[in-house]
Amino acid sequence: MFKHRKSVPTAAISIALLAQGAIAAEEQFFPVLSYRVGPYGANGQSFFGGFVDYLTYVNLKENGVNGVKIVWEECETEYNNAKGIECYERLKDKAKVSTGPIHTMSTGVAYALIDKSKEDKIPLAMMGYGRTDAVDGSVFPYAFPLVTTYQMQASAILRFIKERGKGGLEGKKIVYLYHDSAYGKEPIVALQEEAKLNKFELTLIPVAHPGNEQGAQWLKIRQENPDYVVFWGWGVMNQTALKAAQKVGFSRDKMIGSWWAGSEEDTVPAGDAAKGYMAATWNVAGKDVPLIADIEKVVYGAGKGNLQDTSKIGTILYNRGVSAAVLSVEATRKAQEKYGKGKPVNGEQVRWAMENLDITDARLKEIGATNLLPQIKTSCTDHEGSGKVKIQQWDGAKWIPVSGWIEGNKGLIHPLFQASAKQYATEKGIAPRDCSKEK
Amino acid sequence: MQFFMEVLIGGLLSGVMYALVALGFVLIYKASGVFNFAQGAMVYLAALSVVGCMEKGAPLWLAIILAFAIMTLFGIATEKFVLRKLVNQPPIALFMATIGLAFFIEGLAPMVFGSAPRALDLGIVDEPIPAILDAWGIVISKFDLVAAGVAALLVTTLALFFQYTRIGRALRAVADDHQAALSIGIPLQHIWAIVWGIAGFVALVAGLMWGARNGVQFALTFTALKALPVLIIGGFTSVPGAIVGGLLIGASEKLAEIYLPPVMQSLFGGNFGGIEGWFPYVLALFFLLVRPEGLFGEKHIDRV
Repeated sequence: MFKHRKSVPTAAISIALLAQGAIAAEEQFFPVLSYRVGPYGANGQSFFGGFVDYLTYVNLKENGVNGVKIVWEECETEYNNAKGIECYERLKDKAKVSTGPIHTMSTGVAYALIDKSKEDKIPLAMMGYGRTDAVDGSVFPYAFPLVTTYQMQASAILRFIKERGKGGLEGKKIVYLYHDSAYGKEPIVALQEEAKLNKFELTLIPVAHPGNEQGAQWLKIRQENPDYVVFWGWGVMNQTALKAAQKVGFSRDKMIGSWWAGSEEDTVPAGDAAKGYMAATWNVAGKDVPLIADIEKVVYGAGKGNLQDTSKIGTILYNRGVSAAVLSVEATRKAQEKYGKGKPVNGEQVRWAMENLDITDARLKEIGATNLLPQIKTSCTDHEGSGKVKIQQWDGAKWIPVSGWIEGNKGLIHPLFQASAKQYATEKGIAPRDCSKEK
Repeated sequence: MQFFMEVLIGGLLSGVMYALVALGFVLIYKASGVFNFAQGAMVYLAALSVVGCMEKGAPLWLAIILAFAIMTLFGIATEKFVLRKLVNQPPIALFMATIGLAFFIEGLAPMVFGSAPRALDLGIVDEPIPAILDAWGIVISKFDLVAAGVAALLVTTLALFFQYTRIGRALRAVADDHQAALSIGIPLQHIWAIVWGIAGFVALVAGLMWGARNGVQFALTFTALKALPVLIIGGFTSVPGAIVGGLLIGASEKLAEIYLPPVMQSLFGGNFGGIEGWFPYVLALFFLLVRPEGLFGEKHIDRV
């Protein structure tokens, strides 16, 4: 009994020491702020499952990045801002020696970490979410709203409507139905600018969180009788909207959602009501992308897959997680090219790489990710690097792309980011970097 | 006027859906004087049990029966492992126990049945009834009417059960005073197990309706959010009160969502809307000030 009592604290101390253990010098650490339980757990499972599977794939296939093995630690945020910060604080010490970018898949957590990540010199990736004026790297050196932003996406959706209708947008009625939060409000300014430019009528209809009741909003939409509904939903709000649209007889193929409203998790629970619905995406679904098929073969073949439910492989969110990991690994590779091939890279070095990414179609082909995501070329003045989305349509069983890569109106939208970033810099007393001097 | 009527009817029918969840709270409150924080989680567990059983190959009717069995077992287990230890403890202790229970269910249910959002098809299409649409131009869905019918049936059954059965009377006695009820020979443990079982059944009905409408997913736990204002307005101890409270909340929040934002915009500028989240609570606050026991609640008088 005595022996047993003694062994308990010894084991506890050992576990604590192991948990605190520093990352070996030849390993590249990735802090993973994931969520797999809670209200949005199902979305997180697919995304972070894809993310971790790609890291495993790189280790198995290439023995890491130029021989530097990737290691990671997950911390459960439950999509909760306070827990997100707690996780960040827990993992940041381990990220001192080497780190990949942090992905939170949460606008709220990303907002909370913008200043902290800069202080700690850990790059913060916000792919398709988060603070969008961070496109301006002169003010936000450590924050990267990579690939595309809410505003550019909204602008691309309007371009799709414009090209689809052939009659342009002038005189059209468009309703913007949105989650009444920072996420839903971000694109409003872009939509208003587009409405002025293209002379269409814009009606804004907010939905209170969580959005599981939208009867009044859809009766209003029925009364307005718009040409299109541009839809910014999240979680249960998505299925509710699709069902409510069916209930008032609004055609689903005149409803275009954001990428957070365009996964299998959104359409499957809505059943037949989702058929014909369209949504933007910055990555495609399916296993016909060679990389996704190879991950299944290599990682799951070796019994090292992250997902128990393998039916999620090839879904929109799984492929998005893979895409996020691809960009993160490519940034690590780029940093190694500059700071030493075959050596782990730290936050400052990865930050430089993320600001100098140049992932061409040729490189995507090498990875096996042709068409999985668009080409990315970042700079100090453009932390977004692409601004392109595809529009996909739910056929009742799967997402089918119905457009090529569409770029939003950069000339209209990016000055909005710059103005917003400038205001932020003034409020916070930040002296913006001179991007012309950055190399 | 036609649009007003459409919003009003739509709101009343939404209110029925809120009332379905509120009914479960009333049952527990009547039996133990405790606000059951876990009711939303029970709705989730019930709906998840149905789709979980269906995924294992059970047809819908069998899945519903199996889910009812799960909810009954859950009710008995709750009494045995949670409530029995807390007899004669202050209501706050029981309330805290239900908070723990909610977290327990929210963790356990997806572990057993999976957390992916799933569709639940009851065979009732949520589409406008063409005859009503053609005649009056008003959207009323078949699904909403079925939900209203189910709620009416539940309320009638429960009201009769509480009023005219031995168990119903025993239940009310237990709610008034645990110790006094025990002293006159009412088997408290059995009563609590029965009431938690019935609350599980009500949760199953609510889970079926909400799950069929929005999909079976974690967000079903949020359905409890609207139950609190419904209970404040209808009264925590009244079964018909849950229905009236639900109707009042449903109709008023929908009318407010349509007609208040333009007034607020003209007064303050900006873009208002999405007020359904807070409006029911403001209304409930108003009721708390003028009629704290709710419309149908029992007035509590203490002897000094």
